[in-house]
Amino acid sequence: MHDVSVVSHVTRKWWSLFTLPIVLAFAFGFIVPFIIGIYLSFTTFTTITDSEWVGMDNYIEVFKDPVFLHALWFTALYAVVTTVIINVISFFLAYMLNTAMRGAKFFRSIFFLPNLIGGIILGYIWQLLLNGILSHWDLSLTLSAKYGFWGIVIVSCWQSIGYEMIIYLAGLQNVPQELMEAAAVDGASSSQSVFHVLLPLMMPSITVCTFLTLTGGFKVFDQNLALTGGQPSNTSAMLALDIYKTFYQGVGTEGLGQAKAVMFLIIVALVAVLQNKLTTSKEVEA
Amino acid sequence: MNMKRRISGVWTVIFAIISVIWMFPILMVIMNSFKKKTAISISPFAPPTKETFAGLSNYAEALEKTDFLWSFVWSLFITVGSVLLMLVFTVMCAWWIVRANNVYAKFIYLLFLISMVVPFQMVMFPLSKMSDMAGLNTPWGLWLLYLGFSPGLPVFIFTGVVKSLPSAVEEAAMIDGASVPRIFFNVVLPLMRSSIVSVAILQTMWVWNDFLLPYVTLDLQQFKTIPIAVQVFKGSYGTTDWGAMMGCLVLTIIPILVFYMLCQKQIISGITAGAVKG
Repeated sequence: MHDVSVVSHVTRKWWSLFTLPIVLAFAFGFIVPFIIGIYLSFTTFTTITDSEWVGMDNYIEVFKDPVFLHALWFTALYAVVTTVIINVISFFLAYMLNTAMRGAKFFRSIFFLPNLIGGIILGYIWQLLLNGILSHWDLSLTLSAKYGFWGIVIVSCWQSIGYEMIIYLAGLQNVPQELMEAAAVDGASSSQSVFHVLLPLMMPSITVCTFLTLTGGFKVFDQNLALTGGQPSNTSAMLALDIYKTFYQGVGTEGLGQAKAVMFLIIVALVAVLQNKLTTSKEVEA
Repeated sequence: MNMKRRISGVWTVIFAIISVIWMFPILMVIMNSFKKKTAISISPFAPPTKETFAGLSNYAEALEKTDFLWSFVWSLFITVGSVLLMLVFTVMCAWWIVRANNVYAKFIYLLFLISMVVPFQMVMFPLSKMSDMAGLNTPWGLWLLYLGFSPGLPVFIFTGVVKSLPSAVEEAAMIDGASVPRIFFNVVLPLMRSSIVSVAILQTMWVWNDFLLPYVTLDLQQFKTIPIAVQVFKGSYGTTDWGAMMGCLVLTIIPILVFYMLCQKQIISGITAGAVKG
């Protein structure tokens, strides 16, 4: 600890070659726009280039904006619903495909495939399919936020289940087989051994997967844009889409959009921290 | 034993049925891509008949209206360039962070970690204005923007890998008088090959499909990526040209399928590597 090794002593002299390119790019692509972003959230644009300081006004307006407040609970509901559905189904698929089922490898490839297709493309594929089904009752995705909501849930599940399944499969392969066998010998039923032996051992994978689906759920944008575009009248717009629209479809609303973006960041960060605390506390060692 | 095998067989049948249902949306798009425009939205589930069969006209229209080939070229150009730059510079930085392990190293590592939580919307507007002013609204400009916006995850994964490498080999090479860059490129890099492939796959999947960053930064008059090009068919007020759209969707899926078939194994291990616990 105290004596610096030869390697770190010599390496430190090379900081510019090894870190400067990425640090400079990072400053331009992240740090500077981040700081400007925070500054802009306290300003309002008077002309295209001029802005003036307005203090907390934008933030007060954010909490008075019915579209934003609606988007907030709409997104929270969506994130929770997708997290539950995606994790339950992908865990089940991984559990089944981890057995010696014939064709398991092939099925794994099929379930993963939609994940490679981008959200915009997926949105259009499902728009055709879901509107085709809904048209039997003279309905469509953009008729009510209810249809849009479940439409986006379906698209996201179809996209993400394969991804989380892969992570669960990797987790399952690390669970010592003897533990499951020992539980069976001790007379545990198969559901008992899943819930009392397997699930506690799988908590690290469950932490990762719920983290990814929950934060991903809050950040959803592409599927929302392509499937409903927020229709009807912004009632199916999630937070990210509402922020985007505030920036680019209003006049002089950049400050408000930026204040919404800051709130969005705080919400996502809080959710990430809380989720990590909650599931990490349930982890056990094999 | 016999019983067990039979149960396993039943599950294979059930999963085969689920697989067909799972692939149905894609099969449906392929089927509809050969139908006439009017037949697609009226009866999307009906197979093409003599009257509704459109041949390849939807594909021809898709290619013509979107400049699809150019979008493909730009998507490829942006993805390959930004992923390569990202790999080179993040792997160098991650190794340096672990080995140097001083205040500066810890500080930039912390910043990279924090950046992983920040949604793009937070920097979207300032970044799009800055890139316009700096003339980075081009495909090669995007190389720099991707490098700058998202080094968090690669640095995080690579530092995890470097920590598991013993520094004894590097120390021996140093005592033998090898320079630091030489040690890095000849000793360290070869050991990190599999994780570099994993990160390359993760980044490729992300950049190829990313819509918002190029949409708000690129000069769309001159350059479009594939996810942007698809939007052409969606007119305002729900007047989507479904014929050309279907052709375009299939054209979009084909390269993804090819990529999947070639790199399936690396994709799977890439995802597993990306899921390291934070």
